Amino acid sequence: MRALLTSKWTKVAVFFICLIPLGALVWRGFNHGLGANPVEFIQLTTGDWTLRFLVFTLSITPVRKMLNLPDLIRFRRMLGLFAFSYLCIHFLTYLFLDQSFDFAAIWKDIAKRPFITVGFLGFLLLLPLAITSTAGWIRRLGGRRWQMLHRAIYFAAVAGVIHYYWKVKSDVRMPLFYGALVAILLLWRLGDWFFKRRSTAGAKLSPQQAPANPAQ
Amino acid sequence: MLVRKATDLKYGDVTPKQVYLNRRKFLQAMGIVGATAAAGQHLIELVAPSQTASAATKFSGLVKSPFSTTEKENSYKDVTNYNNFYEFGTDKTAPAKNSQKFDTSNWVVSVEGDVAKPRKFTMDEILKMAPLEERIYRHRCVEAWSIVVPWIGFSFSNLVKLVEPAPKAQFVAFQSYYDSRQMPQGRWAGIEFPYVEGLRLDEAMNPLTLLCVGMYGDSLPNQDGAPVRMVIPWKYGFKSIKSLIKIKFQSKMPPTTWNLAASNEYGFYSNVNPNVDHPRWSQATERRLGEIFKRKTLMFNGYGDQVASMYSGMDLKKNY
Repeated sequence: MRALLTSKWTKVAVFFICLIPLGALVWRGFNHGLGANPVEFIQLTTGDWTLRFLVFTLSITPVRKMLNLPDLIRFRRMLGLFAFSYLCIHFLTYLFLDQSFDFAAIWKDIAKRPFITVGFLGFLLLLPLAITSTAGWIRRLGGRRWQMLHRAIYFAAVAGVIHYYWKVKSDVRMPLFYGALVAILLLWRLGDWFFKRRSTAGAKLSPQQAPANPAQ
Repeated sequence: MLVRKATDLKYGDVTPKQVYLNRRKFLQAMGIVGATAAAGQHLIELVAPSQTASAATKFSGLVKSPFSTTEKENSYKDVTNYNNFYEFGTDKTAPAKNSQKFDTSNWVVSVEGDVAKPRKFTMDEILKMAPLEERIYRHRCVEAWSIVVPWIGFSFSNLVKLVEPAPKAQFVAFQSYYDSRQMPQGRWAGIEFPYVEGLRLDEAMNPLTLLCVGMYGDSLPNQDGAPVRMVIPWKYGFKSIKSLIKIKFQSKMPPTTWNLAASNEYGFYSNVNPNVDHPRWSQATERRLGEIFKRKTLMFNGYGDQVASMYSGMDLKKNY
């Protein structure tokens, strides 16, 4: 398993797998497969994949700790950047095909409509994370600060779910599904944090406890 | 075979759509016709009721309507594969998939309430009520997309005159068919069924208001509201109720489904109005299916000449 996870080729394979949704869109585009409203189809599909990749990215840490597979971390940046890439297509179709780059109208739209506002907020939160995703930036910021900054993905994922929930008219099943996934992944982190705090507190106590229990 | 004039044809006589689409089934059906010619139509209905159910008429001798737009019609494929018909699912492509077995045979539309002559109409009676016209209308969805559709039908006022509403009847309430067994996806729609809609009586009497029985020279496909629906072209699409089974004349403003679901977003009138936005998105522009960029939305969807006078003096921001 370890060999598989650390192989360069696995990373290459995952990269191409992540491109499949985009490839499928392009293929559909050339084969009349985008339906009656192609722009909407592209927007909905790229929005879906943004949320999915955010969920994948957020799953890395819990899965890697629960299954004791530390090497999974090698895929986290790539998944996060794919989430951002699909989001860029999503956002660009809005800017160009919905609004024709009319920035006055776009600004008004963002300010006026909560579902656009919160979607835009999600984009703003992810933008610095994409920029600082390189090793150079980790060094420049220092691990601790870098990690603090990258916790913004929690808020971006929540913003994405709210954006979706506010967008649909009445059938909220899919937004709730993504909401549940994000909630589980964030609650796991909360639980993990609590557990760690208690165990470090316990570790601090242990030297005092140690003499009382010399048999161990 | 006996050649009959179109006007003699009954709704149930018509070659079922699946039959003429499917050569093998067509030949089978011809076999049935041949074997039971003497027994006549009844036996066919007994043998293959579901096929006659979704009967498709090739309407002929349609009257061209002066209300038709000259804009380019959308393709039949687009109009039949991009639908909001939440009883059959909330995805745009769901109704086309999930409505194929919808049984519309023995359809009856009940007209009741404050009328001198309440009665039930069969589809045959509706088809003979008035000369069928082809009306090419713009159709604007509240979701900011639009289509141009050649509908078939006649002014709803023809039916109103037949049942003679009482003076106190100021509104018309409409109800769609709903059967959770035939429409199992409806339970996830997030709105209450049966779907209900309504019009003010003067709106219902407006000549543009269409009682619609077909489109593209053919009967209505299930996903577009078979076998009979309303089309009110100056209002958002959800006002044009599908698969109509009940019409009630009454003195009170009737409740409407989307208004019940979200009254701050969907009003009773729901006239197409580029100046009054949906709380969550702009109504100033729309995407015509088949086009990439959005176009400007017209007041009353471009039907202001025929309908604006009905709303003079009304605050359309309040009465959205």
